[in-house]
Amino acid sequence: SYVISFSFQQRIEIHKLRQGDNLILGFSIGGGIDQDPTQNPFSEDKTDKGIYVTRVTEGGPAEVAGLQIGDKIMQVNGWDMTMVTHDQARKRLTKRNEEVVRLLVTRQSLQKAVQQSMMS
Amino acid sequence: KIESLKVTVDFLKVPLGLKKPPLKEALAAIPGKPKPRTPERHKPRRSDAMDNESQYSGYSYKSGHSRSSRKHRDRRERHRSKSRDGARGDKSVTIQAPGEPLLDNESMRGDERDDNWGETTTVVTGTSEHSISHDDLTRIAKDMEDSAHLDCSRHLGVALGVALALLAFLTPLAFLLLPQLLWREELEPCGTPCEGLFISVAFKLLILLLGSWALFFRRPKAFFPRVFVFRALLMVLVFLLVVSYWLFYGVRILDSRDRNYRGVVQFAVSLVDALLFVHYLAVVLLELRQLQPQFTLKAVRSADGASRFYNVGHLSIQRAAVWILENYYHDFPVYNPALLNLPKSVLSKKMSGFKVYSLGEENSTNNSTGQPRAVIAAAARRRDNSHNEFYYEEAEHERRVRKRRARLVVAVEEAFTHIKRLQEEEQKNPREIMDPREAAQAIFASMARAMQKYLRTTKQQPYHTMESILQHLEFCITHDMTPKVRPQRYLTAGPTIQYHKDRWLAKQWTLVSEEPVTNGLKDGVVFVLKRQDFSLVVSTKKIPFFKLSEEFVDPKSHKFIMRLQSETSV
Repeated sequence: SYVISFSFQQRIEIHKLRQGDNLILGFSIGGGIDQDPTQNPFSEDKTDKGIYVTRVTEGGPAEVAGLQIGDKIMQVNGWDMTMVTHDQARKRLTKRNEEVVRLLVTRQSLQKAVQQSMMS
Repeated sequence: KIESLKVTVDFLKVPLGLKKPPLKEALAAIPGKPKPRTPERHKPRRSDAMDNESQYSGYSYKSGHSRSSRKHRDRRERHRSKSRDGARGDKSVTIQAPGEPLLDNESMRGDERDDNWGETTTVVTGTSEHSISHDDLTRIAKDMEDSAHLDCSRHLGVALGVALALLAFLTPLAFLLLPQLLWREELEPCGTPCEGLFISVAFKLLILLLGSWALFFRRPKAFFPRVFVFRALLMVLVFLLVVSYWLFYGVRILDSRDRNYRGVVQFAVSLVDALLFVHYLAVVLLELRQLQPQFTLKAVRSADGASRFYNVGHLSIQRAAVWILENYYHDFPVYNPALLNLPKSVLSKKMSGFKVYSLGEENSTNNSTGQPRAVIAAAARRRDNSHNEFYYEEAEHERRVRKRRARLVVAVEEAFTHIKRLQEEEQKNPREIMDPREAAQAIFASMARAMQKYLRTTKQQPYHTMESILQHLEFCITHDMTPKVRPQRYLTAGPTIQYHKDRWLAKQWTLVSEEPVTNGLKDGVVFVLKRQDFSLVVSTKKIPFFKLSEEFVDPKSHKFIMRLQSETSV
């Protein structure tokens, strides 16, 4: 028998908001290759050491752009985020000279929705 | 003691051509003085040291002798131009008001007395040191009467015990011998078993003798106010045992003239066995029961708050008191009343709210007692500042002590470089070879001044006479101790037992307790050991019951992983 796996990815473009001296995106990340993957509440596979969105601020740029809690970030502006440490991820997101970040995210709810629709 | 100290001072001053007459007076007054050889060996610096020394002998117990030499000394003090702290120099010339607290420097009072020397012959002995010495004398006299009574009862107890012990010891022998003496002809011959029993009796009696000697025949270390319950119990037990055996013996054997000698011997052996078991009981009751710690005693000295904790087993209150005292003498730093009082500047400020300076003002303060609130408010305001004074005074004192201590340590080190142990191979002039005492005296001069200054600052000078300092120095030299050891004794206030016997005042403790002193210790019992100038408050607490549980840890189970889970907001 065959196993067909789908991963639906979404591209999200976030415009950073200037707050004082900082540029903020309005969400929090968790995970990384130096972290404990079993603690991740959002991942289906508990050995997944990827970067996940753990919180999205109300009304912030991320929410406006459509980022949701539990999303796994695959790329940031072309940089791979699946095999980075937590700090590296943070640095890639908070580069001072970038006003816009383009994320490639994948979402479980999308996968589940597709699977269910395929089964029914 | 201090007198010999002052005598040496005066003696040394003679070659320098200063006052002679007080020297003769002092010399005549004091029976023993150091060897005349001593001054010649010393460098002239010694006179400096002695001079310093003598200033601080204000704590002398016999004021009569000191008066003359103090006068002499104070005049000399004025002649000398020394570099001292400004405060001291000031105090030596101002006339202090009579209302000043009595904690002032002794030499100050010496000045006063000098001025009034012709007029008054009484000495102000208001400080605690002086009053203690007088009280001591009266109390020692009283003690001697009391102890006559106490000795009687104590000796009575001992005599009783000895008599009982002898009785118990001789009884088996009597049991064995009486049939032999009285009706030898009628006795059945008793062969080997009897001999075996004789030997066993002999050895058991020997063991009993040795055991009793080890257990009971010890110098009593303390006199207890009440009868020692366990001992009394044991004596009664032994008495009853012996009496009952005699009764049986008298009725069954003597009266009926029993012929079975073996039976008699076995009877005697059984008595000896019973006595051995009583001895075992004595060991357990008197020695073993109190070994296992059951209570924690906290002993707090009322004068300065020094406290210690001790673990004891089941003891009666009086025995616990003796135990505490034994430990007190080697654990608690010696009681130094001079250290208890606040520095003079603080106190003078505090007291000036209430004390009067002259008769003129007295009237005005009498009027102001009608307005107590004003006075108290003024005093309270003044008191607000005194903590500040206290703090600075403390800091200053600390600094001074440290400086003097540094000087002392350096002086001692340098002094020790002057002598070395004579090696066997070296041959020196017999004149140059010194025994420890002479060596000590030789190097004492170079450190005496620093030592004196240090002792004065830490107010320890009543505890260390020159003789004791020299002895300690001799001791250190004899045992090749490094210069670090030498001042250790003086740098910290040591336990009381280290000082001279006079300081022990061991006979003056009174046990004050709400419960009868022969009661055993219980949780929450508090008793007080009182002495003339302070008391030890002892409180009891039961050692908690420990419930230990076991947990086995497999050595292979020690494994680790990274457990980081950080969340960063961007």
